[in-house]
Amino acid sequence: MGWMGDTVDSIKSIQIRQLLAQGVSLGMIVTSALIIWKALMCFTGSESPVVVVLSGSMEPGFKRGDILFLHMSNDPIRTGEIVVFNVDGREIPIVHRVIKVHERQETGDVEVLTKGDNNYGDDRLLYAQGQLWLQRHHIMGRAVGFLPYVGWVTIIMTEKPIIKYILIGALGLLVITSKD
Amino acid sequence: MHSFGFRANAVLTFGITILALICAMASISDNFNSPRPSSEIQIKYPIDSGEIKFSFSMQVSLTMNITADLQSLFTWNTKQVFVFVAAEYETPKNALNQVSLWDAIIPAKEHAKFWVQTANKYRFVDQGSNLRGKDFNLTLHWHVMPKTGKMFANKLVIPGYRLPEEYR
Repeated sequence: MGWMGDTVDSIKSIQIRQLLAQGVSLGMIVTSALIIWKALMCFTGSESPVVVVLSGSMEPGFKRGDILFLHMSNDPIRTGEIVVFNVDGREIPIVHRVIKVHERQETGDVEVLTKGDNNYGDDRLLYAQGQLWLQRHHIMGRAVGFLPYVGWVTIIMTEKPIIKYILIGALGLLVITSKD
Repeated sequence: MHSFGFRANAVLTFGITILALICAMASISDNFNSPRPSSEIQIKYPIDSGEIKFSFSMQVSLTMNITADLQSLFTWNTKQVFVFVAAEYETPKNALNQVSLWDAIIPAKEHAKFWVQTANKYRFVDQGSNLRGKDFNLTLHWHVMPKTGKMFANKLVIPGYRLPEEYR
């Protein structure tokens, strides 16, 4: 009970200047996180340098909740690479392995077919209506590294947004009531 | 300074930093492993025995005998090795075509030395109809998927295969 009393007292004793200072430091934290994210985007050459695995189509290699580090270079796409791609009309990117590559003589354009390791058939069912192959512009990056379980935080926050709000609320309360 | 909040925060931050460090070290330790994998693939050739067949849609069905020893790829940080065999060939329109014919997942070192006789799992079909009499290489690729960290992939090229000229 004493802790509750202290918290209420500290909320009452907030001054404008202290509030502004804390607002600025919060802004600095958010901005530096954004800077790190953008720098990672530049460094890896990919629009989203880190993705969370959402489905079990690559098990047992990648399970739901793992995170993948992506890298995109101008090297040609070859079979066996694990690529992350967007299909027109679907917002969620898919992470599967390339099983067929056909590269044109002159232009070097490629047509690629992918398949999830744990799926029975290839990904033609997932592509857009009438699309048989993926081109380079569909591909966002190659998976180069992997961390298990860390992505569950993101999955929980996306699927149960109430937890996101609770977390942000608690963080906000912590920032306001700390004496720094 | 000694409230529950501060202590919990300190423990969590320290814990997460050490965990990240251990994951990074596990991944770096994989670099010290110098693997020496070996493999041999035989295709059942004689067209009389019906083991290579062309069908209406110009797709090839063939039987392969694959022997491989991939035990040296496994380290303590390896979760599985994904192995697949692809056929590589060139056509007038395409500089490079790679078609995966068969793949498997090796979950542990004990299973990494294997012999398998199999028909091709995926259709061996070209974008045109260029497969008759075609020379091609078979490549055995392996993709080492770690428990945490960087993934490695490499391949072994076995050249010198050729598809027969005729329909069956």
